[in-house]
Amino acid sequence: MAGGILLLVVAFLILESWPAFQDIGPARFFTDQDWYPTERLYLLTPMLWGTLWATLGSIVLAAPLGILSAIFCHYYAPPLLATWYRRLIELLAGIPSVVYGFWGLVVLVPVIGQLHPPGPSLLAGILVLFLMILPTIMLVAHASFAKVPLSYIHSAMALGLGRWAMIRNVLLPTARAGLFTGILLGIARALGETMAILMVCGNVVQTPSNLFDPIRTLTANIALEMAYALGDHRSALFVSGLLLMGMVVVFVVMAEGLQYRKLDDTAR
Amino acid sequence: MTPQDSNLQERCGTLIAWGAAGSVTMAFLWLLGDLLWHGLSHISWTFLVSAPRNAGREGGIGPILVSTGLIVGICMAVAFPIGLGTAIFLAEYTRDDRPMGRLLRGSLDVLAGVPSIVFGLFGNALFCQALGLGFSIASGGLTLACMVLPILIRTTEEGFRAIPLDQRLSAAALGLSRQTTVWAILLPAAIPGLLVGSILGLGRAFAETAALIFTSGYVDRMPESLMDSGRALSVHIYDLAMNVAGGNPNAYATAVVLVGLLVLINLLASWIAERWTTANHLPA
Amino acid sequence: MATVQRPVAVFLRCLLCVGALLGQFSAEAKEGKLVITGSSTMAPLVLEMGKRFESLHPGTRIDVQTGGSSRGIADAVNGLADIGMASRALQSQEGNLHGFVIAYDGITIILHDSNPIQELTDDQIKGIYSGIITNWKTVGGLDAPITVVNKAEGRSTLALFLHYFTLSNRDIKAHVVIGDNEQGIKTVAGNPHAIGYVSIGTARYDATYGVPIRLLPLRNIPATLETVREGTFPLSRPLTLVTKTEPTGLANTFIEFARSPATHDLILQHYFVPLAD
Repeated sequence: MAGGILLLVVAFLILESWPAFQDIGPARFFTDQDWYPTERLYLLTPMLWGTLWATLGSIVLAAPLGILSAIFCHYYAPPLLATWYRRLIELLAGIPSVVYGFWGLVVLVPVIGQLHPPGPSLLAGILVLFLMILPTIMLVAHASFAKVPLSYIHSAMALGLGRWAMIRNVLLPTARAGLFTGILLGIARALGETMAILMVCGNVVQTPSNLFDPIRTLTANIALEMAYALGDHRSALFVSGLLLMGMVVVFVVMAEGLQYRKLDDTAR
Repeated sequence: MTPQDSNLQERCGTLIAWGAAGSVTMAFLWLLGDLLWHGLSHISWTFLVSAPRNAGREGGIGPILVSTGLIVGICMAVAFPIGLGTAIFLAEYTRDDRPMGRLLRGSLDVLAGVPSIVFGLFGNALFCQALGLGFSIASGGLTLACMVLPILIRTTEEGFRAIPLDQRLSAAALGLSRQTTVWAILLPAAIPGLLVGSILGLGRAFAETAALIFTSGYVDRMPESLMDSGRALSVHIYDLAMNVAGGNPNAYATAVVLVGLLVLINLLASWIAERWTTANHLPA
Repeated sequence: MATVQRPVAVFLRCLLCVGALLGQFSAEAKEGKLVITGSSTMAPLVLEMGKRFESLHPGTRIDVQTGGSSRGIADAVNGLADIGMASRALQSQEGNLHGFVIAYDGITIILHDSNPIQELTDDQIKGIYSGIITNWKTVGGLDAPITVVNKAEGRSTLALFLHYFTLSNRDIKAHVVIGDNEQGIKTVAGNPHAIGYVSIGTARYDATYGVPIRLLPLRNIPATLETVREGTFPLSRPLTLVTKTEPTGLANTFIEFARSPATHDLILQHYFVPLAD
């Protein structure tokens, strides 16, 4: 039944995208001059870049800080502090994207605007996304550190390794698969984020040339234009939806693959 | 490597770890603090029950709370039975290594990762247009049900798997059929997993915005039927923030209400999980 | 077993309650419901008209949502709405639809209140929007980069703006793209160096609520109710209710109500120009 839903979703997406494939042809999504549906131009590339840059920027920030936070929680913090820190992160994992977007809009964007107009920008998007995926990465990393066998830690201590050396040389390699899973899941989430980006990025269709340029992501594009898109325009939006889903599926499947490989490894 | 070098390394390591945690905490406290500072002062009983006036600048969020409740209610009412059924199927009738189980579990994980806006597209195409439900609480609830199912199924399945094998073996030894075993013995024991899954799903449903904009719409009046369009809390925050000059104070207040609700839900989930595992002496 | 059964019973009882509650709401929708979607310019006005209509005709319900003029027309065509709102006249290719004008409005350029500029010529506006003029000091203002706010496609305000200034959307170099009128106002009100264009009615309405914006005159003609009414303001447009087929029943009653003198005070309150009697 549940598997059926996935098939249904994909089927509908393909169904609604079909007219676009027929009338416009898949190549034009990458070769047209620009995205101006009223003039029948459907170039997706600037928005694809927007999506990719925003995701990349947020991962570059969130992955190290997330993993370091998990390390802190597990190996450096006194037990009480560790529990509260983890609880804080769990709370933040549940905060809705609109709230992050709202805060970004009323606090971050004006600050960025003072530094370098206009304010709504790729940077704002990266910062907000970073806050949103950090909890995911941290919690998954935390769970994988918990699975590292105690014997490893004891052996390392018996050998006289310092805490940081132990982490760097023993724990990180062991938990590697879990850490990557966390990062992949974070990427998947960042790719799919809509509301927060819609609120802080400016929504201008252009390939960003620097951090302060406003951008529009594939997700924000769908949200903005879906309400009134008709005919080919609507199909084109569904095509971008398929593209998004494809990207997310790739990352989720990679994360799955890592999990199963890890199971096989430890079973040996 | 000399002892001094490794000492330096150790010090750096400690500094980096504490530094990371510290900066992360500061960033998040800034966010939460800002929300509470601007939002708490506006919350009152009147705010929670009166209708929005003047595009939401004034007045409260009464009808919106009702709409949100209905949308989430439909979502859970639909997702719960389907989720439970699938979880039982996955846990009791399939095996980890068989392709069927892996395929189903894999597709659930993929479904969990699908962007919410894509669900919005799907919900709009299927529920609003193909099935003719239009912009309504019903469409929104059904779309959310699709989104919440994966979490519900996974967590419930974990709950079933956590039940020790002995219970199933004893039941078989007593001559109980597979079905009876499931309904009479395993289900009650899996209740904590079920509840936690439902509550996590509930949390996700409350937080959803993008999927709802295209399925249940924007109308901020008190809904009179499930076919009426209704505005959810998250959509209200979005509208106030983006479209209403002077709407920020109420947006802050609504955000605090929403976050508060989510905190309560999460606390409930952990409390139930803890209480049950200790009460039934199940391995935590 | 007892310790397990009690909470199960409680949970089932909760489910039943939820079910009963939902059942109440599932009762037949009220007779007489209209769904109206479209132009963000018209939505607040039509919402007020709807509320007054509901009080005059108990048992009816008028739901209003925004989304842009194109959405209003699209929804009217595919049946998602009973009536669409478009803040422009119907075009030739929409000849098979039925349009009913309920008021008149204009489009004005807005700046932040603190911006010292009092007016701009057509060429200056065109230059700013096409990215040729990028700093306020070029047009006699402060030394600050201009933040250009443009409307998203599908909004008739954009279409009319482009038509008047003989620009195409591709020529515009925008910094922020917005949807609803109100979003445009909020963006300009939040940035002292921003410039945008919105409906005169919406802008005047918000200005009376203290939102820090200034409406610029166009070709020296101030953006006010009077100039739109007299027809001297260069960029004006009709606010139209659109239906797919000849309106009947409740839709017809509402449209007639909207065009009648009974709503003139509401139209004036929103700073639009009512139909001449």
